[in-house]
Amino acid sequence: MEIYLVIMLVLMILGSINSLHAKDLMSAVISLGIVGFGLVISFLLLYAPDLAIVQVVIEIITLTTTIAVIVSATYELEKKKIGYSSGFYAGTILIFTVIILMVVSRFTNILSYFGQHVMRMADIYIKSAPESGSANLVTGIVLHFRAYDTLGEATVLVTAVIGVLTILRHSGKKKDN
Amino acid sequence: MILFVLCFVLFMIGLYGVILQRNLIKIIIGLAIMEYSVYLFLILIGYVKGGTVPIISDFFENGPFVDPLPQALVLTAIVIGLATKALLLSVAIRLYKHYGTFDIRKMNNLKG
Repeated sequence: MEIYLVIMLVLMILGSINSLHAKDLMSAVISLGIVGFGLVISFLLLYAPDLAIVQVVIEIITLTTTIAVIVSATYELEKKKIGYSSGFYAGTILIFTVIILMVVSRFTNILSYFGQHVMRMADIYIKSAPESGSANLVTGIVLHFRAYDTLGEATVLVTAVIGVLTILRHSGKKKDN
Repeated sequence: MILFVLCFVLFMIGLYGVILQRNLIKIIIGLAIMEYSVYLFLILIGYVKGGTVPIISDFFENGPFVDPLPQALVLTAIVIGLATKALLLSVAIRLYKHYGTFDIRKMNNLKG
């Protein structure tokens, strides 16, 4: 169980590195799909089927829209190299490694070990699950105990749709020239 | 514990993409990788060893469940992530129409 999760996470890390260093944009976006669908399998392994379903749908929508944007624009990356020296990359990797080690050594004391989570708040939700009338506890929490969060999410979605429509609309002001 | 460390490594790879890449689409990809690592981290924290899917059923034992609260919160976060990504992509395609490139070094009209 845990070894499968480690394998999936290593696959996701390799996919993300490949995605950020791909030669053209199309392979970069498709490599992002490795990360997204690896996340789906990890959700299934962690007993979160609702999240897996939602993530499949969202990943497909994201890939399709991104590929549509690339097709309407360009596949090509810029030819000119960024021009950093190899010492710059070595320094960056060093800094990132130091940050990772610092954060890990700081938080290993706070985090409980994997699989030994103590439920504090969700106990109440699980005990009073029958009053929400939902057999699925996740949807019970989303639509009953935390319905205001869901309303806020709907507000954010409407705002984002309005923003996309405003940015992408064709006919704006009449051009003077 | 190695799972948490790998999750953090994935987050740092996304951060590397956001900071060091010069292409708008690759910056958006870096942001998506950071999002995914945070979702996975929250679900990993809520996992209980020996737990089952948090669904109450008459046919299976309603044994110890995995924590349903992070799952509910991440469900919200995933949908909002889609909205932010759509907004970012629309801004990116507008910038491409204006400048003819995704390279952020050439978008320098506001440079002082």
